[in-house]
Amino acid sequence: MKKRILLTLPILLLAATPEAMAHRAWLLPSSTVLASDQPWVTIDAAISNEIFHLDYRPMGTSSLQVAGPEGSSPELTNTFTGKFRSHLDLQLAESGTYKVYTASHGLNARWVDENGERGGYPQRGQQGTTEGLQAAIPENTQELTISEFSRRIETFMTSGAPDDHALEPTGKGLELNPITHPNDLFSGETATFQLLIDGEPAVGAEIEIIPGNTRYRDTQEQITTVTDGEGMLNVTWPQAGMYWFNATYTDNQAVAPATQRRGSYTATLEVLPE
Amino acid sequence: MRNKFLPLVLMSTITIGSFLFNTARAEEPVSLTIDIEIPQIQVAEYHRPYVAMWLANERQQAVADLGVWYDIALANQEGEKWLKDIRQWWRRSGRTLSFPVDGVSGATRAPGTHQVTFHDIAADGTKFSELPAGKYFLHIEAAREVGGREMLSFPIQLPLQETLVVEQTGETELGLVSATFTRM
Repeated sequence: MKKRILLTLPILLLAATPEAMAHRAWLLPSSTVLASDQPWVTIDAAISNEIFHLDYRPMGTSSLQVAGPEGSSPELTNTFTGKFRSHLDLQLAESGTYKVYTASHGLNARWVDENGERGGYPQRGQQGTTEGLQAAIPENTQELTISEFSRRIETFMTSGAPDDHALEPTGKGLELNPITHPNDLFSGETATFQLLIDGEPAVGAEIEIIPGNTRYRDTQEQITTVTDGEGMLNVTWPQAGMYWFNATYTDNQAVAPATQRRGSYTATLEVLPE
Repeated sequence: MRNKFLPLVLMSTITIGSFLFNTARAEEPVSLTIDIEIPQIQVAEYHRPYVAMWLANERQQAVADLGVWYDIALANQEGEKWLKDIRQWWRRSGRTLSFPVDGVSGATRAPGTHQVTFHDIAADGTKFSELPAGKYFLHIEAAREVGGREMLSFPIQLPLQETLVVEQTGETELGLVSATFTRM
């Protein structure tokens, strides 16, 4: 009995450390630059520790959406969820750029109640409501942070010539405004992107860019930067490959009852050899 | 009457263009001959390479397509699927075209040396003599299914001062490639 407790304890501690939260969510397309008439792409959707390695669990597919060029009505098909990944297919029926994405926003709260117990709303993996949040927060809290959060995960594919219709920012949450087209990235070249928070430049957003296949090397080789006064960043691609691009943003410009505004943005970008 | 005026209108447009952008044009007709050697490659699975050749300006914008050799005979345009593997050409020109392209599309070629010639008029109809004066690149790019990809680039200056002969030998997918630019 004692032995079992000893064995479980480190695991529980591990689960509470920030490292355990470092799972990365991603959408990985089979191709991003396509030729021929009405080509197909297949997309893996997963959450993992190693970038693009299926080592944790599948991403849910219910919130996945797709946008395409003007006049197109793309649909995700052959949706399937297995042990480690979800999978979907997309036909690029019209020439132009497509974006597969999941976006959510809402309120969450973290607190320490009068007895020193930590609490939060909504529960992990649950969808919260404003009413639910107000009901969940205890009467007397020692600490309370209500955040307006947004989370977006996406990837891009282009058949024929790229266009910008699917890339139009919505004005909600943390988003990418690609100055350089996300399907026009080449090693050795510099791409320029802008991050927007609720449609305005996201100044000081923290950027982390990690080349795929972390499993086959000793270091993350991440590129880290911070967006400038216009929410802009430049990245010079050191090599060709799939990249995991992540931006996080926090400020105190939230709408009451929230006191904090937080955004997380993730994209999978393919960089081709020059 | 209309036909008589059209050249005038075109002329004045060009004059205004030259005035605004100071773009002197090459003017001299240019003849271009390219010899491309497709090397013999000993591999278990050999496919003839896809080859694209084009002229780009100093900013690497394609200004004239000179040809693209690919599997034009495959059913259901299957061959077009791999055009993106000629990746610099795809980026600079191919992705904006619809296939087959008259005068530009052609079948893949067997190992050996192949010659193409343009008498001032590129495969896509562009006239070399109408290109603005400046620096250009002639690019030859080859990509082979289950093989490699290679690109050779030749910088040139238009208008041509004298006959220009340039050559390079590829290391993998291209053999000796030579280009001769002559004033017509």
